[in-house]
Amino acid sequence: MILILERRTTPSRALTFLSPVLAIGITVVIGGVIFSALGLDPLKALYLYFVEPLTSLWSIEEVIVKAAPLILIGIGLSVCYTANVWNIGAEGQLTIGALFGATIPVYLTGWQSPLVLILMLTLGMIGGAVFAAIPALLKTRYNANEILTSLMLVYVAQLLLDWLVRGPWRDPQGYNFPQSVAFEGWQLLPALGDGRVHIGALLGVVAALILFFMMGWSLRGFEIRVIGRAPRAGAFAGFAEKQVIWFCFILSGALAGLAGLCEVAGPVSQLQPTISPGYGFTAIIVAFLGRLNPIGVIFAGILLAISYLGGEALQVEFNISDKSAQVFQGILLFLILACDTLIHYQIKITSPVANQG
Amino acid sequence: MSAVEAVILTIITASTPLLLAAVGELVTERAGVLNLGVEGMIIMGAVCGFIAALLSGSGMLGVLAGLAAGVAMSMIFAFFTQSLMTSQVATGLALTLLGLGLSGLIGESFTGQPGVKLQALAIPAVSNIPFVGPILFGHDILVYLSLALTASVAYVLFRTRIGLIIVAVGGNPHSAHLLGFNVIGVRYACIAFGGACSGLAGAYLSLAYTSQWIENMSAGRGWIALALVVFATWLPKRVLIGAYLFGTVWIMGLYVQGLGVAIPSQLLSSLPYLVTIAALIIISGNKTITRVNTPTSIGQPFAPER
Repeated sequence: MILILERRTTPSRALTFLSPVLAIGITVVIGGVIFSALGLDPLKALYLYFVEPLTSLWSIEEVIVKAAPLILIGIGLSVCYTANVWNIGAEGQLTIGALFGATIPVYLTGWQSPLVLILMLTLGMIGGAVFAAIPALLKTRYNANEILTSLMLVYVAQLLLDWLVRGPWRDPQGYNFPQSVAFEGWQLLPALGDGRVHIGALLGVVAALILFFMMGWSLRGFEIRVIGRAPRAGAFAGFAEKQVIWFCFILSGALAGLAGLCEVAGPVSQLQPTISPGYGFTAIIVAFLGRLNPIGVIFAGILLAISYLGGEALQVEFNISDKSAQVFQGILLFLILACDTLIHYQIKITSPVANQG
Repeated sequence: MSAVEAVILTIITASTPLLLAAVGELVTERAGVLNLGVEGMIIMGAVCGFIAALLSGSGMLGVLAGLAAGVAMSMIFAFFTQSLMTSQVATGLALTLLGLGLSGLIGESFTGQPGVKLQALAIPAVSNIPFVGPILFGHDILVYLSLALTASVAYVLFRTRIGLIIVAVGGNPHSAHLLGFNVIGVRYACIAFGGACSGLAGAYLSLAYTSQWIENMSAGRGWIALALVVFATWLPKRVLIGAYLFGTVWIMGLYVQGLGVAIPSQLLSSLPYLVTIAALIIISGNKTITRVNTPTSIGQPFAPER
């Protein structure tokens, strides 16, 4: 008896929705097995991981705070990946967006006005978009692989941030700590309610809705889908592939930059050598788990945010490194990809004899 | 030891992991498979090699463990992309993310511990010749292995039947399949070879380059190795040149800093990444030289018709 994959004549519609659920389910089972192998009570560990973050108001707020950047970046990446444009440098675009926005608190420290916040948000988006335009230019002009160039630029952006907070942008009153002045007043995002949740979460949801309608109901969205699935057909239809590449990079870069600005004007509230626990990379998983659909990305972002908190809870309870969250996220991405195979292929059981005949 | 001698030695040390990883990925890509998980395989090779060497006290066991870790990681990639037909780009990214997370988890309690240093092969008499001795004969086994592997790959790929099959599978898997070659099998083997080389590159980092484990110590070398393969237009001898060029850039930053030149250290640290981008622009912009050697089927899944 052997198992073979046979291509379906039409993709399974039910599995399009079920495959992420299936992937999450299998990840939870594998997680349980790993926890028992480590000698932990698997049910308790899984509870801590996936349920506990949702049991108190404080941790629900924390989930939303962490989901906001994941959603903002994830929706941009989902548009890119639909077009087969591989921007994997969102972490760098996030960093540059934060730097652009931070110019106002750093250079105009005392300036307080609602305009400050609007300018910072705009600058954040511009910064991310400009930085994302570099791989777009290199791809369209010199045919340089965008995966490699966008990724290389992540290191460059992080080193630039490191230099700024240790050098020219270091807070003169900061006792030589590598950090900028603390942002205050209109340099910070307004909170939603009285907790830590800020308007970044709202921006993420609004942007997701806009992109959802753009992808489904506009010519640009149609172009992106056609170029992604069949570039030759797109060319015959007169769609400009290069334009789509530019659009995808600038859009996803602007959203990543906005996410970066929301981090430094939100939970972090100043510039530090590290301003993100790898949101730009985790958002790749978010985009796939959300099936490259902006609405799906909202749910995926929340789930991945829970996994960050779950990792921390596990560290407190069992003294296991919070790196376990990253491992979980990696396994999850593998399983999403495997379950997606089921949309296009079905598993057939055949005997080797029948196969030869 | 003279200053020139020291510079040449450090260049060799910095170039060897790039060469190992790039020559492995070259073979994988020649078979038509793009494995973006090089960074993840290197870092797993580094952590497993380090731990095995520390626990056993033997550098050689560390090297073997690094190799095994690289192969194991690559087999996950192979199973998903070749048997489950998942996207190579996405699966490669997944492998890198998994490797970075898993290595951090496994290696956490080993961070900062003094490790085992891979010993240089002491060749009696010749190692003691001034200047020439240390530069040609004073290295550990992985330096020689990286050079031998590059030469063997150049020979096997273009001068033997096995090499022709690999290139055929990468060039046109459907024809290769119709000729009776096992496309999936060949690709599994080439992915495994790439994993082994990346694992060795990782072991080199944690056993020879620095004999300690630091989280994320691969520092983008996997991605630079991927860029090197493009830079080398899929030719082993150019991978050798490219790896030493990039190794030199990597080291240059350290030396310029040592000379007390007032350049921010971060700018010097970002040089390898900037140079990689520059190299990609120069090579990719030139369509004639890239087209000749690019494996035509690269990145595309292959499902044999039954």
